[in-house]
Amino acid sequence: MILDLQNIYKDYQQDKLVVPVLKDICLQVEEGEYVAIMGPSGSGKTTLMNIIGCLDRPTSGSYQLAGEDVLKCKDKDMSDLRLRSIGFVFQSFQLLSRQTAMDNVALPLSYAGVKKKERKQRATQALERVGLGDRVNFRPTQLSGGQKQRVAIARAMVNNPKILLADEPTGALDSKSGEQIMELFQTLNEEGVTIVMITHDRKIASKAKRIVHIIDGIITEEGNKEEADE
Amino acid sequence: MLENIRLSFQGLWSHKMRSFLTMLGIIIGIAAIIAIVSTIKGTNEQIKENLIGSGDNTVNVQLYQGDSSYGMDYMGVPDGVPVISEETRKQMLDIVHVEGASLYTSREVYNVIYYQNVGLSGGKIYGIDMNYLNTCNYIIKKGRGFCDSDYKKFRKVALLDENSTEMLFQGEDPIGKTIEIQQEPYVVVGVITKSAKFEPVINNMEEYYTYYAEASNGAVYVPDTTWPLLYGYDEPQSLVLRLDSVDNMTVAGREASNLLNVGLSVTDDTIKYKADDLLKQAEDIQKLSQSTNTMLIWIAGISLLVGGIGVMNIMLVSVTERTQEIGLKKAIGARKGKILGQFLTEAAVLTSLGGLIGVIVGIALAEIISKVTGTLVSISVPAAILAVVFSMIIGIIFGLLPSYKAANLNPIDALRHE
Repeated sequence: MILDLQNIYKDYQQDKLVVPVLKDICLQVEEGEYVAIMGPSGSGKTTLMNIIGCLDRPTSGSYQLAGEDVLKCKDKDMSDLRLRSIGFVFQSFQLLSRQTAMDNVALPLSYAGVKKKERKQRATQALERVGLGDRVNFRPTQLSGGQKQRVAIARAMVNNPKILLADEPTGALDSKSGEQIMELFQTLNEEGVTIVMITHDRKIASKAKRIVHIIDGIITEEGNKEEADE
Repeated sequence: MLENIRLSFQGLWSHKMRSFLTMLGIIIGIAAIIAIVSTIKGTNEQIKENLIGSGDNTVNVQLYQGDSSYGMDYMGVPDGVPVISEETRKQMLDIVHVEGASLYTSREVYNVIYYQNVGLSGGKIYGIDMNYLNTCNYIIKKGRGFCDSDYKKFRKVALLDENSTEMLFQGEDPIGKTIEIQQEPYVVVGVITKSAKFEPVINNMEEYYTYYAEASNGAVYVPDTTWPLLYGYDEPQSLVLRLDSVDNMTVAGREASNLLNVGLSVTDDTIKYKADDLLKQAEDIQKLSQSTNTMLIWIAGISLLVGGIGVMNIMLVSVTERTQEIGLKKAIGARKGKILGQFLTEAAVLTSLGGLIGVIVGIALAEIISKVTGTLVSISVPAAILAVVFSMIIGIIFGLLPSYKAANLNPIDALRHE
C-alpha cells in the first residue's frame, strides 16, 4: 500500500474558534491506482491534499506513505519525503519563469544531489516522456498553457516519485489542452505511476479509475469510474 | 554552491537598476575606505622615504650618552670604549639582513676646513674605512676614491661631497687642489655623491630643518688612518650598516649595538652604542597621521552599515516578491538550508559585487586625489581583498534575516500567495 490514512482530523484555529476541516478521514491507495478526490470548494480537499503531500500535518490520526510514518518525521525528513516520494502538479503550473524548461525540470534533481551531467540527461528524458523533447530550452513564457503543465508534470516525475499528486491540473487550461493532459495522466498510469488527483470537475474526475468524494471534511462515498459515470 | 552563485547573478541581472542602487551604499562605503587607506599608505610611505631616504638602506650605530650622541668635541674619549676590531666588524656581517658594515669616525666642524680664504662654516668631517663608500652607496662623481696605499701610506687625501665642493670651490675644479683641515694640508682626490638621490618633499618649516640642515652642510671624508693626525688617537668609532631593506633597520641596528655594547666597560652606564632608528621615528609620525584618518574610516564604516541595511531591505522585498517561488521549491523538496543558502548567497554576491566595484571606484578616487593634491597614494592589495571579503560578510549578516524569513515560509501559504 502506498498511501494509508487512518482517522485523520484537521482543525484550524480561527481567532478563538476551532474550525474542523477534516473529520475522521480514512483513505488507502494501492500502488498503480489512479484516484480522483472530488469535492466542491470548501470541502477540505485541498487540506487533504496538503496532508497527503506532506506539506501539512493533521491534528490527529495516522498517515503512512510507502510504509513510512509521516507524522513522526521531522521537518527535514518531510522535505526529503516530498523530494523523493511525491511529485506535485499544481493548477497554476508553478514554473520558474526565468529558467528554461530543462532547468525547471532539473530543479528537484539538484535538491536530490544529482550531478549536473546526469541532471541534464534525466531532465531531457523526463521532458521527452511528456512529449516536449523539442522544447527543452524554451522558457515558460514561450510555452502554451498545456505545454507548461507538461513541463510541470515532467518536473514532478523526474525523481521517480511514489505518487503523482495533482491539484486541479486542468483548472487553468482550455478544454482541449486539458484533455491532452488527462491523456498524459492516463498514459503515465498505464506505465505504472500511482496518481492522486484533486478536482471539483466531475468530467475530469471521471477519467480516474477510482473516485473519492469529499464533502464538508468527510469522505462520503467511494466509487469506481462506472459509478461516477452514472 | 556554484549553481547558487550563477543563479544569484542571473537574479541580480534581471533587476539591474535595483541591484545597482542596492549596491550603491556598499560601493560608496568601500570606495571611501579604499581611497582613505590608499592615501594613508601613500603618506606613510612618503614619510618613511623622507626620513630615511629612498633606496638608502643604511643605519648608523653611534656612541650615545643618554638620549643624545656622545659629544666628542667637548668631553674627549671616555674610558672603557675599545677600538672596534676588524673581527667585530666582520661579526656585523653575520647579522641577518646586513649586507655591508663599515667603521667611521666623525665630528661636526666649524671653521676648520679652508680652501685658500674660503672656509666651510658648518659641516662634518668623516674618517672612513676602505669599505665605507661602498657600504653607504656613494658613487664617485669626479676624480677617484681612496685606494689601498692611501690608507697604508697615511696619505693626506680627501673626498668632498657636492655641498662642500660647491661651498669651498664655487665652480672651480677641486681635483688636485689642496685644502686645509685642522691646519693640515689635504689634497682633494675626488667628489662623491649618493647613488640614490635623496629628495624629500617638504611640507613645513620643521621638516625643512630636519631634511636640509644637514644636507645643506658640506661633508669632507679622509682615510681613517689619517684621522689621528687631525684629532689624536682613541677616537670612539661609529658603525654604519647597509641592509637589504629599510624595514629591517630597527632589528639589525639593535642587534649591532648590542654586539658593540658587550665590549664596553664604562663607569657611566648611560654611555652606550645606539642605532639611529629612523624607521621608528617614521612610524611615530605615521601614527599621528593615522589617528586622524581612522576617524574617516569610521565615517566610511557608517556608510557601509547604511548600505547593509539597504541590502537587508531589498532582500526582504525580494523574499516577498518570490514567495511563490520559495513555496514551490519547498514543496518539491528543498530543505530549509537550501533556501537559506540560496538567499544568503544572493545577498553575499550582491554585496561582494558592490565591494568589488567599490574597490575599483576607490582606486580611481585615490588616483584622482593624488593628481589633485599631489600627495602620494599607494594601493594596498590586502586592504582591497579585505574590503571585498568584508562586503561579503556584510551581505551575509544583513541577508540573514531575510533568508531566515524565506527559509521558514510555510509552503502552503507561499504557494497560494499572489
